[in-house]
Amino acid sequence: MKSIAELDEIRRKTLEQISLRSNENGLRVIVGMATCGIAAGARPVMKAFMEEISKRKLQNITVFMTGCIGACRLEPIVDIIDSEGNKTTYVKMTAEKAERVVLEHIVNGKVCSELTIGAEESKK
Amino acid sequence: MRDLSLHILDIVQNSIKAKATEISIILKHEDISSLGKNILKLIITDNGTGMEYELLNRVEDPFMTTRTSRKVGLGIPLLKESALKCDGEFKLSSQKDAGTEITAAFPIDHIDRLPVGDVGETMITLISSNPEIRFMLFLEGEKGSFGLDTREVAESLKGVIITEYTVINWLKEYIDDGIKNIFGGVLNEVNC
Repeated sequence: MKSIAELDEIRRKTLEQISLRSNENGLRVIVGMATCGIAAGARPVMKAFMEEISKRKLQNITVFMTGCIGACRLEPIVDIIDSEGNKTTYVKMTAEKAERVVLEHIVNGKVCSELTIGAEESKK
Repeated sequence: MRDLSLHILDIVQNSIKAKATEISIILKHEDISSLGKNILKLIITDNGTGMEYELLNRVEDPFMTTRTSRKVGLGIPLLKESALKCDGEFKLSSQKDAGTEITAAFPIDHIDRLPVGDVGETMITLISSNPEIRFMLFLEGEKGSFGLDTREVAESLKGVIITEYTVINWLKEYIDDGIKNIFGGVLNEVNC
């Protein structure tokens, strides 16, 4: 069984890595996590973002949750806000789409236009 | 909601909105066969702003919400529904400025009882987004008990923040281990 004592080792290793990081203003990933989001599957989406960002060793990115944005029928919704404050809203997210957004948008800087709220709303 | 862990994630959002700084989540298996009782109890307690008597009477109504973005609030009604549909119990108590406590009891053998679900994932989702809140998770069953207190974790981490992915990942494994040890076999449905 795991014990709290293991945290000491994690702490030591992490401290070594932290010293290598820069402090520039980062990108924010915000996942809607109200009743509507949770029921639509926001938890696995948020996990996919955290996993993918850590797997690719991307720095200065924070992933966090927010309440209901008001467009419940489009949940899970994810907002990505870059260091200049530009916001992109992705809708009907899944873990697979999250992986794609990390690769194309966050790593390569190219917005996945067909997954955005604009693309979804113009379908009608 | 498909399982209890999603309900927990949802209900705790209310505590966070109520500016709680300490949130405790208890999952307890109570097997009192002599009384014909074999229940799984979920108790969520916070030290947030609490509710006045008048509001407390209205929160179980789906058309009551504090949010302004839409007119319905389903978090509490859905949990109540999940408890009542398997002949369980639901109780909500709160006092202005003294926090809120929600208790839901689920008869384990009822066919409509929700599975426990991935409590580990719920906890890391909550912790990584709200590192400043002290979360306590307590599991109790026939096989013993398991406790996690993020304040204790933060103290052992001096200098490293709890939202570091390596820490979050370790917490997930730690909680999964706890669930497996306490409920594996009894409920025999870890993460399903």
